[in-house]
Amino acid sequence: MARRSSLASRIFPFVFGLVVGAGVLYFFLPGPPQGGKVQTAQQPGAKPQPGQQGPAQPAGSTLAEVRARGYIQCGVSTGLPGFSNPDDKGNWTGIDVDFCRAVAAAVFGDASKVKYRPLNAKDRFTALQSGEVDLLSRNTTWTMSRDTSLGFDFAGVIYYDGQGFLVKKASGITSAAQLNGATICTQTGTTTELNLADYFRGQNMSYKVLPFEKNEEALSAYDNGRCDAYTTDASGLHAQRLILKTPDDHIVLPEVISKEPLGPLVRQGDPQWEDIVRWTLFALIDAEELGVTSANVDQQMTSASPEVRRLLGTEGKFGEPLGLSNGWAADALRAVGNYGEMFERNVGTKTPLGIPRGLNALWRNGGVMYAPPIR
Amino acid sequence: MTVNAAVKWLKRNLFSSWWNGALTLLVLYIVWSAIPPFLDWAIVHAVWSGEGREACLGPGKGACWPFIFANLDQFAYGRYPAELRWRVDLAFLLGLAGLVPMLIPRVPAKLWNLGYLVVAWPMIAIVLIAGDRPGLVGVDTDLWGGLLVTLIVAITGIVASFPLGILLALGRRSEMPVIRTLSIVFIEFWRGVPLVTVLFMASVMLPLFLPQGVHLDNLLRCLVGVALFSSAYMAEVVRGGLQAVPRGQYEAARALGLSYWQTMGLIVLPQALRSVIPGIVNTFIGLFKDTTLVLIVGLFDFLGQVRIQLSDMHWSTPQGAATGYVFAALVYWVFCFGMSRYSVFMEKRLNAGQIR
Repeated sequence: MARRSSLASRIFPFVFGLVVGAGVLYFFLPGPPQGGKVQTAQQPGAKPQPGQQGPAQPAGSTLAEVRARGYIQCGVSTGLPGFSNPDDKGNWTGIDVDFCRAVAAAVFGDASKVKYRPLNAKDRFTALQSGEVDLLSRNTTWTMSRDTSLGFDFAGVIYYDGQGFLVKKASGITSAAQLNGATICTQTGTTTELNLADYFRGQNMSYKVLPFEKNEEALSAYDNGRCDAYTTDASGLHAQRLILKTPDDHIVLPEVISKEPLGPLVRQGDPQWEDIVRWTLFALIDAEELGVTSANVDQQMTSASPEVRRLLGTEGKFGEPLGLSNGWAADALRAVGNYGEMFERNVGTKTPLGIPRGLNALWRNGGVMYAPPIR
Repeated sequence: MTVNAAVKWLKRNLFSSWWNGALTLLVLYIVWSAIPPFLDWAIVHAVWSGEGREACLGPGKGACWPFIFANLDQFAYGRYPAELRWRVDLAFLLGLAGLVPMLIPRVPAKLWNLGYLVVAWPMIAIVLIAGDRPGLVGVDTDLWGGLLVTLIVAITGIVASFPLGILLALGRRSEMPVIRTLSIVFIEFWRGVPLVTVLFMASVMLPLFLPQGVHLDNLLRCLVGVALFSSAYMAEVVRGGLQAVPRGQYEAARALGLSYWQTMGLIVLPQALRSVIPGIVNTFIGLFKDTTLVLIVGLFDFLGQVRIQLSDMHWSTPQGAATGYVFAALVYWVFCFGMSRYSVFMEKRLNAGQIR
């Protein structure tokens, strides 16, 4: 009895030491060399390549870096319904997110090779400048100062937004021109207030503004009947309408009083990467015009139309100058569908947001969505 | 008899004078006008089941609980891959397995238990949650979120700040000028800057200063920031305890021939720490709630995850935000109240000999 216990007490420290030693060894083991990390496929020791940071870099380096890394780093918003927000399964959804996926599909042929980086309005430009993201697809308004002095290039416009008005249906107002003398709730300290003043002065109408520190406060004041109208960007109006007490009693007026073209942007100085992002966007819009959808992209490969054939890479070598395969656009379309599909799926009239195409319809249908041809 | 006693009690405690009577009525009125409407909103007229926002729409409906139920996984794990979430569960179960016996005074082998909790378990948790080792797929910290991040930040802050804080407090009272100066500079620097600034510097500015090619994980940067920040606060709490230990205790220890570390470890610190338990727990609770600030650097802790899920249009409802925040408040309250009650229990136990 005593002997057995002494034997056990001699073996125990040995076994214990072995277990602890093995555990510590395992802790410091590196991951498998090709081990796919979840979503990112990042190798444990993979450091960003030199030259990643700073706006000045040789042409083509972003694509090479992205390829070496195995995924695209895409800056998105920290939750804007329909543009970029996580759903209740934890997946990112929205137009801006779909665009990230389209670029990933064009580059890798696999739309899942994206790492999303949620950025707030303050950090978004720093993140793009410092190379933390390759692409900022985050409802950012294309303005001259951002394009020129901040050192970015906008690849195009993915959504034509503008400041609009939300009014009660019961008020009978159907156009912004009828807002003479109205009390308007808005957030203070933004360009919203300025646009409002400009618009009403230009139209020679009077108005009273009820400014609030926060958007939520302005919205709840409007909901409680303290103002006749509430104003912010139209995309936001549609989303915020959903959290009013009775959403169906309110409408978003068709007019917008400012121009807010939202688009994806990249760092200046890498024309190839810029072209990839720009032409991915154009391809999505061209595809809608040509009737190519995610469902019929494979049948359309054999289409007789030369425009469709060039888009899908069965004719010409349009992917090569971008450093991509010639089926780049077909890959993007297969993953997210054309621009119209993206719009309808994320913000369109069948979603709770219910945003009509309006300005974002194709140029042939009365909108301003127009992409240069692929040829 | 009992009615009489009740009236007597009421008279003595609630209506002893006209002024106290008025205050009692006022408080009763406030409670009456606040509590029933809240309960009505949160329970009676609340929506308890549904598949989307439509369930919660309509006049007179209260809290939209299905939004919480549908997003519970997101609130707990963020975007941590669903098929790997068992690893997080396992890590925290192993932590609980070490924590519960640690908290019950009667369970023996406290030293081994402590060793497991502060050395072995963090390593196990890192391996399980981060993965990226043979046989375990790696999960990027970008995907971590929700309560997982809240607990990681809070636990790291608590575990790191305690020993660091004690060392800094001892350093500040040290007789060696260099160590004393360094401790004072460290403490005053970290106490002098707001946590928001620390996190912002760690997350946004640091990458601009680092040499090219050096990449530090965003979460890791914030963890270091939080740990250093909270250790400065902890140091001052511990220093308060050290000052409360009578000089005679030091002198007696010296007279017995104990070395500096023996004096501190066996005589001074046990007394000092016991007297500042409320302060220590106060710091822990503050730290736990401060973890919500990591939202500003793009990490989605529990509160941040609740907020971001509100932007899902399929769950956009008038009551959505209020429901989410009430739920978040409840969860934070449970954690903080738990810590607070345990500290009361420990105080009573440790001060058993001093109750007058």
